[in-house]
Amino acid sequence: MAAAEPSIDALGQFKLDTALGALGASVNFTNSNFMMLVAGGLILALLYFGMRPKAIIPGRLQALAEIAYDGIYSMCHEQIGHEGRAYFPFIFTLFFFVMFGNLLGLLPFTFTYTSHIAVTFGLALIVIVVATVVALRIHGWKFFTYFFPEGAPKALAPIIIPVEVISYLSRPISLSIRLCANMVAGHVMFEVFASFIVMMAASSMLGHFGIVAAIGPMALNVILMGFELLVAFLQAYVFAILTCIYLHDAVHLH
Amino acid sequence: MMTVGSGDDRGDFENRLKAARTKQGLDSEPVEQSAGGNGSSLMSVGLRAGVEMVAGLGVGAVIGWALDRWLHTSPVMLSLFVLMGGAAGVVNVWRMLTPKPKRMDV
Repeated sequence: MAAAEPSIDALGQFKLDTALGALGASVNFTNSNFMMLVAGGLILALLYFGMRPKAIIPGRLQALAEIAYDGIYSMCHEQIGHEGRAYFPFIFTLFFFVMFGNLLGLLPFTFTYTSHIAVTFGLALIVIVVATVVALRIHGWKFFTYFFPEGAPKALAPIIIPVEVISYLSRPISLSIRLCANMVAGHVMFEVFASFIVMMAASSMLGHFGIVAAIGPMALNVILMGFELLVAFLQAYVFAILTCIYLHDAVHLH
Repeated sequence: MMTVGSGDDRGDFENRLKAARTKQGLDSEPVEQSAGGNGSSLMSVGLRAGVEMVAGLGVGAVIGWALDRWLHTSPVMLSLFVLMGGAAGVVNVWRMLTPKPKRMDV
């Protein structure tokens, strides 16, 4: 008889598991951690092997590495200003960690660590703590004038200050939810459409027509993959550029 | 016929230099910044705005709830800070959608 009806398990793909066999299980080394190591290794490999030829006219890999370096560098410079160069390593690491997480997650049999709010919120928390520490180091107590714009009527202080503080505190939350939600939504859509393919092809009601009809969701998934590649890059870019904007606020206040 | 150093030539040189620089992208024209500043689609701007508002509201609600627990003023702080959080969310979206003033310090 036919196996159990195929059903849609859209969230099973986000389940954490241990990686690397018994050794990984004994120290709770998860597949998420494993993918982070892979991403880190790939980033280092891209920069190391890309820049090794040191050619004046770069090859493809070297061009990629140079564009990556130059793109983030100019982003830091444009968004933060002259002081932005100091934060370039931080932004570069963040951008590539997020982007490789997003991109690697699109490969079959991998795990998308950026789909977990724990990971994205951890990153966002680092960003906001760094920005606050930078602001406090540069401006000292003057940093707190950030929460009360100059020239606003004093009578409005009891409203403006809490609103500004909440607005400041909501930054890491919106930063992390945006990345996580985008990744989860994309992967859930993949799973749902992929399930449709199997369900349509196996459907006894549709018969042979089901196999033809299954081309529909299959084509949708192909289009979706192109879209998700864009989202993977775009979300990493948004994460990095918002980090730049927060650091700009920290360096310049207002 | 070449007249080196004449005024006409100077103007021609400036024009050619400008054309070459523009071609190389050295004289970047001011790029129109779209809402959200990342040139993304309307849908992602909408999503960002939604997340921004919910985040503000959520932080406000959590602060209000925590203050209530601490000060034993059960509904007062929560209801106050939910309003503040909603306002903060609107402020966030407002900041996101209003174009930034040109930065002179870059």
